[in-house]
Amino acid sequence: MERIDAQAVEHIALGAALLGTGGGGDPHVGKLMALQAIKAYGPVTVIKPEEVPDDAVVVPTAMMGAPTVLLEKIPNGEEIFRAFNGLRNYLGKEIFATLPIEAGGINSMIPIAIAARLGIPLVDCDGMGRAFPELQMVTFHLYNVSATPMTLTDEKGNLIIMETINNHWAESIARNAVVTMGGSAMLSIYPMTGKVLKEAAIINIVSYSARIGRAVQEARRVGENPTAALLRVTGGFKLFKGKVVDVLRRTEGGFARGEARIEGIEEYRGESLEVKFQNENLVALKGDKVIASVPDLICIVNLETAIPITTEGLKYGHRILVLGIPCDPKWRTPKGIETVGPRYFGYDLDYVPVEELVKGGEAQ
Amino acid sequence: MNYRLGIDVGGTNTDAVIIDEKLNLVAKVKTPTTEDVTTGIYTALRMVLEQSGVSKDDISYAMLGTTHCTNAIVERKRLCRVGIIRIGKPATMAIAPMADWPSDLVQVVGAEYFIVSGGHEFDGREIAALNEEELRSAARALKGKVDAAAVTSVFSPISSKHEMRAAEILREELGALPISLSHEIASIGLLERENATILNAALAQVAKTTAVGFRTSLEREGVKNARIYLCQNDGTLMSLDYALRYPILTVACGPTNSIRGASFVSGRHNSIVLDVGGTTSDVGVLVNGFPRESSAAVEIGGVRTNFRMPDLISIGLGGGTIIREVNGEIKVGPDSVGYRLTEEALVFGGNTLTATDIAVRLGLAEVGDPAKVSHIERDFAQAVLNKISAMVNEAIDKMKLSPDPVPLIVVGGGSIIITNEVEGVSEIVHPENYEVANALGAAIAQVSGQVERVYSLSEIGREEALRRAKAIAFEEAVKAGAEPSTVQIVEVEDVPLAYLPGNATRIRVKAAGDLKNAKN
Repeated sequence: MERIDAQAVEHIALGAALLGTGGGGDPHVGKLMALQAIKAYGPVTVIKPEEVPDDAVVVPTAMMGAPTVLLEKIPNGEEIFRAFNGLRNYLGKEIFATLPIEAGGINSMIPIAIAARLGIPLVDCDGMGRAFPELQMVTFHLYNVSATPMTLTDEKGNLIIMETINNHWAESIARNAVVTMGGSAMLSIYPMTGKVLKEAAIINIVSYSARIGRAVQEARRVGENPTAALLRVTGGFKLFKGKVVDVLRRTEGGFARGEARIEGIEEYRGESLEVKFQNENLVALKGDKVIASVPDLICIVNLETAIPITTEGLKYGHRILVLGIPCDPKWRTPKGIETVGPRYFGYDLDYVPVEELVKGGEAQ
Repeated sequence: MNYRLGIDVGGTNTDAVIIDEKLNLVAKVKTPTTEDVTTGIYTALRMVLEQSGVSKDDISYAMLGTTHCTNAIVERKRLCRVGIIRIGKPATMAIAPMADWPSDLVQVVGAEYFIVSGGHEFDGREIAALNEEELRSAARALKGKVDAAAVTSVFSPISSKHEMRAAEILREELGALPISLSHEIASIGLLERENATILNAALAQVAKTTAVGFRTSLEREGVKNARIYLCQNDGTLMSLDYALRYPILTVACGPTNSIRGASFVSGRHNSIVLDVGGTTSDVGVLVNGFPRESSAAVEIGGVRTNFRMPDLISIGLGGGTIIREVNGEIKVGPDSVGYRLTEEALVFGGNTLTATDIAVRLGLAEVGDPAKVSHIERDFAQAVLNKISAMVNEAIDKMKLSPDPVPLIVVGGGSIIITNEVEGVSEIVHPENYEVANALGAAIAQVSGQVERVYSLSEIGREEALRRAKAIAFEEAVKAGAEPSTVQIVEVEDVPLAYLPGNATRIRVKAAGDLKNAKN
């Protein structure tokens, strides 16, 4: 993938929403912003991490806060540039390129809008290879990259520059600032050099997202089952097929946690699956047996259209397919598991890769 | 005796019924839907009044479920030019109103738009004060150029203050122009709500024509004492005044009337409903007597909206569905002879093999001349029927909420093609008067009230928030004309806003009740 045009935006939005594993929100607003920017400034050039000079500075850009708020309080459109330029001024260095921090509905789109308008390239990589809820949950963190200095802006013109003692503090202070700013804000974060990026990023995620979206759309066009195409192109495992029969939610520490109970249909008739989520899907249990857990990806899509369903959109009566996709190997390191494994999210179980679990391995 | 008149305009037929105050059916008719819609309504009205023989003075309620508004949007005809006001600056500037609309519709509907300072945060704070000067100058710029106005303010489902004030100012500047306010129409999600509001404003003229047309038809037929209502897409009614203000809410009332009518004719409140027409069949779900609502954004005429719509699956199967054998394989549809069934089907002397012919051949239905299908081999007919059953089974399974068998109510003119073999169903109910279920659904409809707010549960707790929301929904239903003693809460939904501290939760409650039973 060399360029992102309007068609590619559609594909990336769909693919990234799938990799968002239920989090990251509906990409609609982000998509319209990206499309508008491409229409005004032309397609975005995509480069590989190895094309970034070792001493060049790159900065991921993103939205932080509640996706529902963003769908209601649409951005001004300038706040992300003020965040980006604010960080550039603070660093006193030109920024060579931007990249998505995560593959998720909105945050796969925001960097495209920036890259188009500023005429800078978008690097084909991110810091998660999926979506996670907290700022330190990026592979950059595993390589000791500091989240700060970072900038946070709102539509009113407020700009916060933060330096924190570690990335957990960055998450905590920024989260509270976002609420004060009205529930959604834009940020520029994890400034790093090309040299660090090459080591710490998850590569090819933008083109992978586009490939997923394209396969689904192509399948629909030729009348093939889009979920079959999804399984093929992701190399994921079919975990379950069923109907959502119950969704329990509660808010804990600012995050929507809950469980969805899914009753099997077709070849899964008579079985039932429980998916536990905290914005993103975290653990899938068949009976009392774990069949997938973070950091592996647990993706829920509409059974007919293969359109990903977010945890906020999950509702009684949805007919869905649950996929398990192995996460990037960077997450399977001890520090990776410590950062985003099941125990970090409060589950008393050890991580076992999804490909072992589907073969009959057991998580404890 | 009091009587109610119900009319439902479908794609193929316009149906009318008269029921008495104990809800017994007195008369029913079916007549083809006309291109102008109104002529068909008039014909149905005249026929049903004649057939019933009831005194016209005794008709105290008249309900209409109509496709006028849907057709106007789809055909891009008879729509108003709309002045669009969005209140949300400095937020919301990144995406212009109607950015994702089909361009032909923008040309018809979209006059000018203005984004002015104001709007609220998720927790009720102001993003900015409402800039009344900006609003006045926007109004002056729109003066003389628009037929209606649509106002959308950020988080207006939480605080409607800025929209209400904007309406006052627009009225001062523009006079008596129809103004649509977004918080009265749809829910959280600015662009979808704004879209629904603009469409609503665009329908002002169609709504007026429909309402006036219906009243005139009634008066012309001597029905002068009736309270007149239009059907909404949630299975409840709105008064004519209300319909003039919220015409968009009539879209999709047809399938909803079928589901409600199916409940009425079968006496069931929870089941799957299959409505078989001439060309397509709709599968919906009856939950506590109302259609289950769709949770996804729904497109109307190519525009993404988020107001309440019934959750439906449509399949290409109806009484007129064409049956073919291609290389030894049986093909059912997807095309249909539609309203030409009575000319083209074999049993009616035509030349096309349809699903109806198969039903007659197998002795499942008695219409037309069975001799005209006696040459069809029984095995072939049975194989076609199996295929039809499989299509129906699949659609029903998709709509079911659990593997447990549930009752299936089958209604609609084409339902003779449905046999008694449907998988995963506890029983199949073929109720009496199935063919006019939709008009009955219109006649028996209730009135409702709805509320959607974001509550901070860390302040008042979930129980208290639900209690407050239910009380508002109850009041709204009574305001809309419901008899208080019959009002019930029919739907509750609460969804926390993720990623935010403070336990902000969106709560939506709907209440519905019977019409106040008063003779005028």
